[in-house]
Amino acid sequence: MADITIAERQAGDVTILDLSGKVTIGEGSVALRNAIRRLLGEGKNKILMNLAGVGYIDSSGIGELVSSFTAVNKEGGTLKLLKLTQKIQDLLAITKLLTVFDVFDDEAEALASFE
Amino acid sequence: MDLSPGSTISPLTLLAGRTFISDILALIPVACLDSNCSEPITYIQTIVPEEQKLTLPSQIESIEEAALKAEQFARGLGFGDEFISAIDLAVRESVTNAVKHGNKFDQEKPVEVSFAGSPDEFEITVRDFGTGFSVNDVPDPTDPENLLKVTGRGILFMRSFMDEVEWFNPEGGGMLVKMLKKQ
Repeated sequence: MADITIAERQAGDVTILDLSGKVTIGEGSVALRNAIRRLLGEGKNKILMNLAGVGYIDSSGIGELVSSFTAVNKEGGTLKLLKLTQKIQDLLAITKLLTVFDVFDDEAEALASFE
Repeated sequence: MDLSPGSTISPLTLLAGRTFISDILALIPVACLDSNCSEPITYIQTIVPEEQKLTLPSQIESIEEAALKAEQFARGLGFGDEFISAIDLAVRESVTNAVKHGNKFDQEKPVEVSFAGSPDEFEITVRDFGTGFSVNDVPDPTDPENLLKVTGRGILFMRSFMDEVEWFNPEGGGMLVKMLKKQ
C-alpha cells in the first residue's frame, strides 16, 4: 500500500491537492514531488495543499514541502497550505517555516487569498 | 549488589544500575531464597529496565522497521501516544541519518539500533559505520539563509523532541547518537 495518496481538485484556477497518509523519506516524498512537477508542467501554478489527512511527516517530508514551495515560486506561481494537523504545525513552528508558508484553516478563505 | 542467599534487592538499586531483564530473571531465585517470591517477582518484572537491539541494513525500509520496533517496545513499557510520537520521530530521523548520510545506503554497512527503557525514561542509540561528522558543522536550519534548504532539519527534530541528544565517535569508526527522553 502506498504511503501517501494525492487527490486533485480544481477550484477556478487554483488546484487543490488533498494529501492523505505519510509524507516521509522515500515513496511519500517522491509522490509529492512528482505531483507538483506534473502540475507545473500542465501550467497549473496556483496550488493549495490540503494536509488535513497527513498523519505523519518527517524532516524529509518537510523538506519536500519546501522544495515544492520553491519550485512553484520559480514558475511564478504560489503554493499555500491548508488545514495543518497540530503535529505538522508544531514541526513548521520549530523549523520557523510558519514564517515562509501562507497557512489557512478555512478552504474558502484560502481560495480567496489567491485572487 | 549483594547476591548472597537470603539477600533482597531494592527496586531502586536495580534501576540505578540499569540492570536488564535478562539479568534480573537470572537473579530472582537467589534473591528469593528466604522470602515470599510471588510479590517481589511480579514487582520486579514491571519496573526493571529492558533493552532491545537491532542490526538493520542500510536501506529506506529499515527506518520504518526501527520505528515500529520502537513503538512496540515503548508501548510495552506503558508510554502514551504523545511520548511515543516523540520517540517515533527521533528514531526515524536518527536512522534516516545513519542510512542516508552515515552509511550512504552501503548495504555492506549495518545500522545498529538499541532501545532501553523503564517506565520513567526511554533511551535510543543509533550507530552507523560511515565517515562520521561534527555536529557543530551542521548548519542551523532555522537561520534565515537556510530556511529554504531542502535538507538539514533531522537533528533539529531530534533535539526538539528528546531531552538529551549526544553524538560519539565509537571505536571502529562511524557515529553513534544517544538520545534520552524522560517521562
